[in-house]
Amino acid sequence: MNETLLDIAGLTVRFGGTTAVSDVFLTVARGEAVGIVGESGSGKSAAMLAAIRLHPPGTGIETERHVLGGEDVRNATEGKMRSLRGRFVAMVFQDPLSALNPLLPVGVQIAEVLMRHRRLGRRMAHLEARALLTRVGIADAAAHEHRYPHEFSGGQRQRVMIASALAGDPALRIADEPTTALDVTVQAQLARLIVQLQRERQMGLIWVTHDLALMAGIVDRVVVMYAGRIMEMAPAGALYFAPRHPYTVALLASLPRLDRKRSPVLPGAPAPPGGVAQPGCPFAPRCSKRIDKCDEVPPLLEIGESLAACWALA
Amino acid sequence: MTRIAKLLRHRIAGGTILGGLGGLLLVCAVLAAAAAPVLAPYRPTDIDLRQRLLPPSWDAGGNMLHMLGTDNVGRDILSRIIWGARISLSVGLAASCLGALVGSTLGLCAGFFGGWTDRAVSWLIDVQLAFPFTLFAIFLLAVFGGGFMPVVAVLSLATWVNFARVVRSQALSLRAQDYLLAARAVGVGTPRILRRYLLPAVLPSIVVVASFSAAQAILTQAALSFLGIGVDPTVPSWGTMLDLGRNYLQTAWWMATFPGIAIALTVLGANLVGDWLSLRLDPRGS
Amino acid sequence: MNAIVEAAGIHLSFAETRVLSDINLAIAKGETFAVIGESGSGKTTLGRVLLMLQAPDEGSVLFHGEDITKLSGARLRRQRRRMQMIFQDPYASLNPRMTIGETLAEPLVVHGLENWVGAREKVAVALQMVGLEPAMAQRTPHAFSGGQRQRIAIARAVIAGPELVVADEPLSALDITVQGQIIDLFEKLRDAMGLTYVFISHDLPVVRHFAARAAVMLHGRIVEIGDPGVMFASPAHPYTRALLESVPVPDPEFERHKISRAARAPAPMSRAGQGGACPYVARCRHALSLCGEIMPPLKTVSPGWQAACWLLETSL
Repeated sequence: MNETLLDIAGLTVRFGGTTAVSDVFLTVARGEAVGIVGESGSGKSAAMLAAIRLHPPGTGIETERHVLGGEDVRNATEGKMRSLRGRFVAMVFQDPLSALNPLLPVGVQIAEVLMRHRRLGRRMAHLEARALLTRVGIADAAAHEHRYPHEFSGGQRQRVMIASALAGDPALRIADEPTTALDVTVQAQLARLIVQLQRERQMGLIWVTHDLALMAGIVDRVVVMYAGRIMEMAPAGALYFAPRHPYTVALLASLPRLDRKRSPVLPGAPAPPGGVAQPGCPFAPRCSKRIDKCDEVPPLLEIGESLAACWALA
Repeated sequence: MTRIAKLLRHRIAGGTILGGLGGLLLVCAVLAAAAAPVLAPYRPTDIDLRQRLLPPSWDAGGNMLHMLGTDNVGRDILSRIIWGARISLSVGLAASCLGALVGSTLGLCAGFFGGWTDRAVSWLIDVQLAFPFTLFAIFLLAVFGGGFMPVVAVLSLATWVNFARVVRSQALSLRAQDYLLAARAVGVGTPRILRRYLLPAVLPSIVVVASFSAAQAILTQAALSFLGIGVDPTVPSWGTMLDLGRNYLQTAWWMATFPGIAIALTVLGANLVGDWLSLRLDPRGS
Repeated sequence: MNAIVEAAGIHLSFAETRVLSDINLAIAKGETFAVIGESGSGKTTLGRVLLMLQAPDEGSVLFHGEDITKLSGARLRRQRRRMQMIFQDPYASLNPRMTIGETLAEPLVVHGLENWVGAREKVAVALQMVGLEPAMAQRTPHAFSGGQRQRIAIARAVIAGPELVVADEPLSALDITVQGQIIDLFEKLRDAMGLTYVFISHDLPVVRHFAARAAVMLHGRIVEIGDPGVMFASPAHPYTRALLESVPVPDPEFERHKISRAARAPAPMSRAGQGGACPYVARCRHALSLCGEIMPPLKTVSPGWQAACWLLETSL
C-alpha cells in the first residue's frame, strides 16, 4: 500500500519581499514518516503551511506540482482545501492553546470534527470523542471531556490536539514542533504516542522540528532545510551515521550529547530565508568546505543513499 | 481568505486617507483659532443692526460681505465661527492635557504598584464612571461660575478616567514582562523604571486616548455653553451660538447650522486622527 | 567550603500551591552549579529567590554569610551589583525602547560606577568581550538575532563585575548551532572573571559537560544532588533516571528500540508532592506505600552526592 499522499515539487513561497522557501520538493507515501529539520529561518513551517495551503494572506506560492490525496490542488478553491484538511490531512501545531477553541469543552471540539468530517451523529460523535481521548492517554476521559483547554497541562493539551487531529481519520498528519514547548519526559511520551498511532493507522506523517535527535526514532527519512532550501535528504540511517552535507554534519556535531563533549562550534547565526546577500549556496558563508563554485546554487546531487546540495561533494 | 486580506489592506490604506482627512480638518481648526484676528472679516462682537438676519451669500437676499450670513443682531456668522475655534480648541487641548497628566499618573501608579494604590485608584474610577457627570458639572459650574479654568477643570474630571483605565491595564500587563524584571535584577530604582521603561511603552496609548479625549472635551464644552455655562463672555463659543440659534431655527437656520457643522467637523477630525494613530501606534507598539 | 551563596529552609507558596519546599543549598565560590527540572519544578522560582527577586515565605538566603532576605530598598539594590541574572527569552529581556548602549551602561550608572558618558568605554569593551561590534551600541534590540540578544544580555550581566550569575534556561530559545557558541562564551567569562554560576536548565546533556554539581528538582523539592558526571552515569533517584531516559539520542536504531520497549500507556501528570508524600510517587515504577505517605529525606549516597528516595534505604 504505497499510495502517495503528498507530492509537491518546485515549491517557492514568497512573503513580504523575502523568499521564505525556494524550490522545495517532497513526497510522502502511506505508512511513511518524514522528518523536516531546520533552525530558525529554514522555512520548514512556511513550506508545510503552503503544502496544505494554509499560508497567511499576501503570500505568493509557486509550485510545479502539487498533488494532495491524489488530486491536483494547485488551483484548488478554499472550499476544496477545507474539505481536504481535517479529512485527509490534519495538522498539529506547537501551541495547542492557540489552536484549540478556549470557549468550548474539549470533548465538544473533537465531536465537532467527527460530525463534520466523518458525518457521525451527535451521540456517536461524543462517544467516539471520549474513545479518542482515552486512546491518546487522557485517563478518565469521561470526566475530562467536559473540561476546557486551559484546564489541562501543556502535555495533556497536546494530546487533545492529537486526538482532534485524529478525529478526521486523516491519511496524512503534519506535526509542526508539537513537543517543543513541553518537558522532556512528556516529549518522550508524546513522541511514542505519535509513532504508535502512525503505525496503527498506517498514516503518513511529516514531523517538523529543530530537534534532530528527537526525530531519530520516529522518522524513516529526513529532510534538512536551511534558509528556505533543501540541503540534504536521506533515509534516517544514512543521515545520522553518514551525513553528507556540511550543514548536516555541523548540525549533528552541535547536538549536546551525554556521552561526549560538543565538538568545535559552528560560527555565525542561521541565515534568514532568502535573505543571504550573495547568490549561491546560502550556507556558504559559514561553511568550512566552501569552494568557488559555491557562488552558484548547488542542485541536489545523489551520493549513496542521500541527496545533498553541495558542490564540494561532486 | 484573500478577500478578507484585501479588505484589511484597503482599510489600512483607507485609514491613511481618512487620517489625512482628519488631520486636514484639525489643521483648519487650528489655523482658524491661531489666525482669527487676521482671518475673520469682522470682529465677532461687531453689531450691525442694518444687516441683521442676513442669509448665507448663496441664498436669496444674502451678499458676499457676509458669506455665512448674520445673526439676530447683525454679527457675522463666519467671523464668530472662526473666533469660536479658539475656545473649542483651547478648552479641548487643555482638558485633554490635564486629564492625561492626572489620569496617566494615577493609572501608571495603580498598574505598577498594585496593592492599595490600585484599589484606591480603581475605586475612584468606578465612582467617577457611576456618577451622572454632566449634571455634576453643571452644578459645579453654577456654583463656581463659568470661565476658562473652571470649565477645563471640570472637563478634565471627565477625561482622566479614560487615561487612567488604559494606562493602568497596560502597566499591569507590562509588569509581567521580563525586561522589567531584568531591570530590577540589575538594580534599577523605581523612578527610573517608571520613567524609562513604563512610560515610553504607554505613551502611544496616551496619545491615542488624548485625541479621543480632546474630541470628547470639545463636544462637552459645546454642550455646556449651549446650556449657558460659558467660558469667555467676550469670545463667542460654538455652543453659545447654537443656543442663540435655537430660537431662530425656522427663520434663520444658518445661525445654528454652521456652528453645529463646525463642532461636528472638528470632533470628526479629532476622532479620525485618533483612529489613525491607534492603527499606526498600537499594533506595532509591542 | 567557601560558600558564596547558601539557601536554608526555603519554602514558598503561590496561592495554595507549594512552589518550593524545604530547599537547602550551598554553592561554593567559582562553582558552576546546575538546577535541573521540568516545568513546575520550581527551578525558575529558586533562581529568583536566590537573587531576592522573589521573597520566600520561610527560610534565608545567605550571600557571603549575610542574610539578604532581611534586606530591602536601597541596601538590597546595592547588593544586586554582585549578583546578576540572565533570562530565558532574549526577545523579552531587553527593553525594546532603549539602545543596547544604554541598556549596557545602565548597571554601571545605577550603581555609581560610571556616569553615562564615562560608561561608553566600558560598554565597548563589554560588547567586544561577548563577540559583538562596539559600533552596535547605537542600535535597539530589534536589530539583533536571538543569539546576539542573548550575548547582549550576558554582557549586561557581567559588565558591573558581579560574583554570582544566575542563568535561567539561557539556551532554550536559541538555535542548536548557536547554543554551542553561547556555552563557550559562558566558559570564557567564567575563566576570565572567576564567576560563580547557577545554571538553570532542563537540558541534561548540556549540564553534564558544563556544571560541576547539579540539583534535580521535582515539584518544588530537591530529589537528587551531586556531580552530574557521576549522577548521570548511574542515577540514584528514579526521576533522574526517567529524565535521562527521555533524552533523545541521534541514533535511529537505539531510539526505535527504546520506543517499542516502552509501549505501555503513558501516565497522566498529577500534582503529587503536596502534603507529605514523595513528589514522584504518582509516576514511579517502584513506589512503595510509604512513598505516598512520607517525603523521604536527602540521604548521602557517597560524599557530595545525595538523593531523596526510600528505596535507597534498602541498598545502603
